Amino acid sequence: MQRNPQLNANGELQHLLSIEGLPREILIQILDTAESFVGVTEREVKKVPILRGKSVFNLFFEPSTRTRTTFEIAAKRLSADVINLNIAVSSQTKGESLLDTVANLSAMQADIFVVRHASSGAPFLIARNVKPHEHVVNAGDGRHAHPTQGLLDLYTIRHYKKEFTQLRVAVVGDVLHSRVARSLIHGLTTLGVPEVRVIGPQTLVPAGVESMGVRVFHDMREGLRDADVVVMLRLQNERMKGALLPSAQEYFKHYGLTPEKLALARPDAIVMHPGPMNRGVEIDSSVADGPHSVILPQVTFGIAVRMAVMSIVAGN
Amino acid sequence: MRIAIKNGRIIDPASGRDSMGDLYVADGKIAAEGKTDRVIDARGLIVSPGFIDISARLREPGFEYKATLESEMDAAVAGGVTSIACPPDTDPVLDEPGLVDMLRRRAKVLSRARVYPIGALTVKLEGERLTEMAQLAEAGCVAFSQANASLDDTQVLWRALQYAATFRFPVWLRAEDTSLAKGGVAHDGEVATRLGLPGIPSFAETIAVTTLLELIRATRARVHFCRLSTAGGVELLRAAKREGLPVTCDVGIHHLHLCDRDLGYFDANCRLAPPLRAQRDRDALSRGLEDGAIDCVCSDHTPVDDDGKHLPFAEAEPGATGLELLLPLTLKWGEARKLPLAKTLARITSDPARILGVAQGRFAVGAPADVSIFDPAATFRVAPENLKSQGKNTPFLGYELAGRVRQTLVAGNIVYEA
Repeated sequence: MQRNPQLNANGELQHLLSIEGLPREILIQILDTAESFVGVTEREVKKVPILRGKSVFNLFFEPSTRTRTTFEIAAKRLSADVINLNIAVSSQTKGESLLDTVANLSAMQADIFVVRHASSGAPFLIARNVKPHEHVVNAGDGRHAHPTQGLLDLYTIRHYKKEFTQLRVAVVGDVLHSRVARSLIHGLTTLGVPEVRVIGPQTLVPAGVESMGVRVFHDMREGLRDADVVVMLRLQNERMKGALLPSAQEYFKHYGLTPEKLALARPDAIVMHPGPMNRGVEIDSSVADGPHSVILPQVTFGIAVRMAVMSIVAGN
Repeated sequence: MRIAIKNGRIIDPASGRDSMGDLYVADGKIAAEGKTDRVIDARGLIVSPGFIDISARLREPGFEYKATLESEMDAAVAGGVTSIACPPDTDPVLDEPGLVDMLRRRAKVLSRARVYPIGALTVKLEGERLTEMAQLAEAGCVAFSQANASLDDTQVLWRALQYAATFRFPVWLRAEDTSLAKGGVAHDGEVATRLGLPGIPSFAETIAVTTLLELIRATRARVHFCRLSTAGGVELLRAAKREGLPVTCDVGIHHLHLCDRDLGYFDANCRLAPPLRAQRDRDALSRGLEDGAIDCVCSDHTPVDDDGKHLPFAEAEPGATGLELLLPLTLKWGEARKLPLAKTLARITSDPARILGVAQGRFAVGAPADVSIFDPAATFRVAPENLKSQGKNTPFLGYELAGRVRQTLVAGNIVYEA
């Protein structure tokens, strides 16, 4: 196997492409750095000069509002110049290749590329082709990885649960198509969570997922029992069009998080969701807005985590 | 031209000969001792029947930006390959006698390796109407195939096999259930799950093999299964042969040596059709080639240009260059399995000759004088600048491989000299 393309010769984070393969120390470094930035985001002047004079290019080959916005806010709070490129509707439709687009932007003196792409692995291809001083941060590639989301999930869990080594974490829903689930699972296993569970119908659980260190449950009640953390995944409407699921109603009945099902988890369980939520499909409104929910704090932490990632890669 | 190849280690897998000696060539054929115009000193080298590659895409007509007949024929003879069967998925598709005729003429003018076109089984490979197989056969097609195109309609498949069986034409098919493979780009398993790549399950192959075996029982058509990729597929073919069905099969050099773990961090050079499967599949393929469940190995040479590979994995074009790697990778396989050289070389000489139904691939007096002379110990690094093929993409880039061809003879003429 080749050297991990995310790390430089000194073993430091050059790009953030995936949580898989990152040593525990780097994950902790990111979480600790994020913690120091949470204070910044709560101040009246929400800026630090760490990336002053640097350019962050938000390269979104797939439409996104929330992730792009949080990256933009994070970069601006680090005093970087932010350029947003919505490539889904520009050069790619004119036939320019991915690498040509990146080469052109690189000629405009970029320091960090924040990349989202519908194809798994696209940020790896870009990282292999950028200049040595440029950094790539994966903002979601296909079904493969969404490392900053995974990190903000880890941050949230650590914030509420303090220790990883005693936890039961249940990830519920469309794991097959979920880059969020993959990134979180790698993070949890790296940080020593003893039991990570995956819950969903067979059609939404990918082949061989056990090799990632998880237990698979098809019965949600069984899977939620005594869980400390419940992570609900977004279910996209188009999944109902094929042969994966018959209907949103039936899905909600068996895999939607309701107060009754949540009662099977630990009394102090937290409920997370990467957003955007489909209320009444994967999660009941009373749970989403209820006392166990930490869904909105996740968003706030997300900015601090992205600030941490950009400041760390730019410093290496 | 009369040539004597002297002092080499002569290996003729068909007869089992493996001995030091001299080989004589006269009038394009293997000859008994006689007068010579030229002597090739083969001291320290192996003298083998020329290699027969039963699947190499030459990309003409239609895809000359990827490769030309000339570049790929150069690559073939540099790799010691003297006969090539080429699949029909050119543009236009090889579904008309005129096109087949043109391809053969073009190949003949270049006078390097022999080219055996495989005709399209259905018009435009669309899986709907049968081609004029008898006329295509007259034009020089040795078999009929869908290449990598699907044939979803089992009724059409049944009729195609019936029709081919009528004339005893062999049908070459890659067994893959189209709907199960739809959208998939990697073996459905741990690696695809980790990388978030849509998978193709192993049973996409075994289901298609099972369907075909039933149709073969019904029609008695001669079917060659191309590019087996799963352990289950090998077992089904082993059982079918035991049953006495008229079947043969091959494996590609990539699947013999690599598995899905080699995708590493989305290496687009590992984007192949069929996909690289699990380690246990690779081991079953390697064993099957040894024990005869699999008849032969081919390069599955598919030149792809850089634009087709410098893409995210799923968007990259499947295929890899292979003609020049057929010998070294076959030797590597034989060495790993500790096989005698004659048995190893049989898989790229006499065995594919039997499938193609040609007289080459052996050193009997009077047989066509196609000869590869190579140094089994000489190594080279697989790198774009060391490949003659226009296709420079292969998962083996950077490998140091043993087995360098020194001379290649086709019909008694020296067509390559290192």
